[in-house]
Amino acid sequence: MSIQKKFIFINNQEYAFQLGQTILDVARANNIYIATLCHHPDVKIQGSCRLCLVEIKGRKGLFTACSTKAEEGMNIATDSQDIFRARQINLELIFSEHCEECGDCVYSQNCTIKDYGKKFNAKITKYPDRKKGYPVHQFGPALVFDTSKCIDCGLCVDICKKEGVDFLEFKKNGRFYEVVPSDNKCKDCIYCGQCLTHCPVGAFEGVGEFEDVDKYINIQGKTVVFQFAPSIRSTIGEEFGLPAGSVVTGQLIAAIKALGIEHVFDVSVGADITTMEEAQELIDRIKNNQPLPMFTSCCPAWVKYMEFFRPDMIPNLTSVKSPEIIMGGLIKTYWAKEMKIDPKDIVVVSIMPCVAKKYEITRAANKVDGISPVDQVLTTRELAHLLRKKKIDLKNIKPDTTISPLLQPSGAGVIYGASGGVMESAIRAAYKKLSGQRMPQLELQEVRGIHGFKKAEIKVGDKTIKVAVANGIANAKQILEELAKNPKAYDYVEVMACFGGCIGGGGQPVPVNDEIRKKRSAGLYGIDNKQNIRSADENPIIQKLYKGFFSDHQNIHSVCHTSFSKKKKEVYPTN
Amino acid sequence: MENKDIIAQLKAADLRGRGGADFPTHLKWQMFSETGASKKYIVANGSEGEPNVFKDVYILAKHPETLIAGLKIALDTFSGSEAIIFLRRDYYKKYKKKLEKLIGPWPITVFCEAGGYLSGEETVLCEEIEKNLPARPRVRPPFPGQFGIYGLPTLINNIETFYYVAKIAEGTYKKTRLYSISGKVPKQGVFELPVDWSISQILKETKNLPEFNYFVQVGGGASGDVLLSSETEQKVSGSSAIVVYDKDKTDPWVLMRTWIDFFMKENCDKCTPCREGSYRILEMVRDRKFDQKIIDDLFFVLENTSYCALGRSIPLPFKAAIKKLL
Repeated sequence: MSIQKKFIFINNQEYAFQLGQTILDVARANNIYIATLCHHPDVKIQGSCRLCLVEIKGRKGLFTACSTKAEEGMNIATDSQDIFRARQINLELIFSEHCEECGDCVYSQNCTIKDYGKKFNAKITKYPDRKKGYPVHQFGPALVFDTSKCIDCGLCVDICKKEGVDFLEFKKNGRFYEVVPSDNKCKDCIYCGQCLTHCPVGAFEGVGEFEDVDKYINIQGKTVVFQFAPSIRSTIGEEFGLPAGSVVTGQLIAAIKALGIEHVFDVSVGADITTMEEAQELIDRIKNNQPLPMFTSCCPAWVKYMEFFRPDMIPNLTSVKSPEIIMGGLIKTYWAKEMKIDPKDIVVVSIMPCVAKKYEITRAANKVDGISPVDQVLTTRELAHLLRKKKIDLKNIKPDTTISPLLQPSGAGVIYGASGGVMESAIRAAYKKLSGQRMPQLELQEVRGIHGFKKAEIKVGDKTIKVAVANGIANAKQILEELAKNPKAYDYVEVMACFGGCIGGGGQPVPVNDEIRKKRSAGLYGIDNKQNIRSADENPIIQKLYKGFFSDHQNIHSVCHTSFSKKKKEVYPTN
Repeated sequence: MENKDIIAQLKAADLRGRGGADFPTHLKWQMFSETGASKKYIVANGSEGEPNVFKDVYILAKHPETLIAGLKIALDTFSGSEAIIFLRRDYYKKYKKKLEKLIGPWPITVFCEAGGYLSGEETVLCEEIEKNLPARPRVRPPFPGQFGIYGLPTLINNIETFYYVAKIAEGTYKKTRLYSISGKVPKQGVFELPVDWSISQILKETKNLPEFNYFVQVGGGASGDVLLSSETEQKVSGSSAIVVYDKDKTDPWVLMRTWIDFFMKENCDKCTPCREGSYRILEMVRDRKFDQKIIDDLFFVLENTSYCALGRSIPLPFKAAIKKLL
């Protein structure tokens, strides 16, 4: 039986569509431009900005393309005098609630609202700013929400709900409903920053973004070193006009060095250490009947979720520190000794895909001999901003190919940046530890991809390890619910708060959607595919460390392991 | 008691929805009977949030048994259905117990609305019953008739509509409706009079026809149209309220201020034109001066691009007031 194709007309051209598609879906699929602000494929239709207006022949008035389903034979016009006029007026009203702060905005390079202003000839200052003097809410050391820029589209509220945290809400204040952080004692922000990556107008930003970026390049009497997270190599290119997923590892190192930073490290090497430790802990937990499943803990937003919402499950979190913190600790111990530098004189700056990492470095339990492993976190966006400010063009810089052990991760260390990557890396290493052999099929396809909830069973000898991978806390909550019914459902669970994993993190270039997430993660898996060394245990520097520095158990303990504890609410609305 | 021919009776009586939209009730019921679902909801909408409309509470006070009789007919007509009487907070407090006593074992529950004026909007009503608060209108279509409370087919009619369904079934319907009369009149109240009477006829019959120079707002005390005394030979539209004003003694700016305050208090702030447009109207009303170009622009986007009927209805009274009262 063949399914009869259905057609609509847009601007007198015929286009096929599938039942359930909106006019906007059909237009986008055929590269027909319709202005939108409040539309994001990650969440349900908002229908709040009222810009995506179209006319439908035979029907009176204007319709929003985002919320109107395509119907057979529909004849749609995307431009007319009335459409232009209505868009212009609504845009002017939107500008009346958005205090412009363009130089210091996450969209400084690609501002949609500004482009629309030009396109629809909108007078930005037609009405006085309604939100002048509106409060700025601070979410811990991670995020800032400037409500004087908020256009009330609702995307942040919905994505926070979809995330499974439900911390942002609409609340009536005087005449208007406003987006506010919840004052409910049972709710708190986990600092994932999905609000930031889904806000169309830059009302959210990371703490310090972009005021503090050059504070740490040159500090008198200190050795400033930079380390960059696994995912940055396949995302930062977007900030310089490269297509999503472009792998720019060499350019990234070269660009950082062009800032005058002599020593650059790859956090993926730290990831290889995390892998080794986590694989060992998993094996120990299984052998010694300790709490299972073991949950990963390299996502600080997930850790915050557990410490605040589910402290009862803290014993299930692996005590292994995140790659960033391990790498910082290694720099301030092993590397400092090798270089004969006092660890107190080293400043470690991390380039992270994440705003929660700004919070992670403030955790006291991460300290190594009383010293914080990492001193400053800059997001991908912040590094890009810094490079632009210093006129360093990452796109055209000659890649740095220096071979240095702490810049040479295994392929497994690189895929940490994508959802499922931590799990896959740890399983590769655990397999080797348990069986003494390399896994015959290294790629764990079942746990790859942008799906929110993935599971797999891995046979190692006569043992079957049941694993689950979640991205988005809502999916993790599903796993927690399943575990409440069947505590033995899984042995090992990876959770990343951000959709798609770190490649979709709150510190990454904006905007983001599934298409972009897929490309960014494909970039990372592409690196792994081309590597000879694809398992942490095969990495020469890892082998060297475990024969030397980490043969001292005290070093493993202080550099690689941490602890967690129940947390009280940290974020309240600013009045 | 099965009552399958009620839809034909509704058609013959030409009953139209009394919530204000005037949609033929038999069509709504016919479409609802054709939706295939094992479970359905029936809602009597007693949100009654528009100023100067108080006919639903009249039924709750004087004829609650007729309302419930109407609901029972609907329950008999649509198998697998349960009913909800959806009431604004003060009505709920006052009449819940009385209604529950009359309901007895029938599957009818009395529900207290969470919001205000907008709660009576059909999709907001569904959201409130699902406890998705603060409730905001849903994208339509799908309409509640197909996809209502918890996604199940939901028939929503005004309390007055159910009252007349019962009257039609028992053969006592005389093509009347309930008029809420208020303002500068000697006899405020609810009056049951023929549907096709003109405004002046109704005022006269109720001994409320002013001798002074007057104007009326009809259909609702905020969203209703403004008609001068010379324009009262027409029928009443909307939710059949008539508010009488002394034209010489009414300051139109003060009146418009009450309207815009009402809309700003009651709207949900979801969509740009209603949230921001109403605020800019408020500013101009406060300053007692309309910028013609700006007010035209705001009316244009409110009427053509608002998410729901609340925003789309804002320009009507202002346009009339600007034309007739300023």
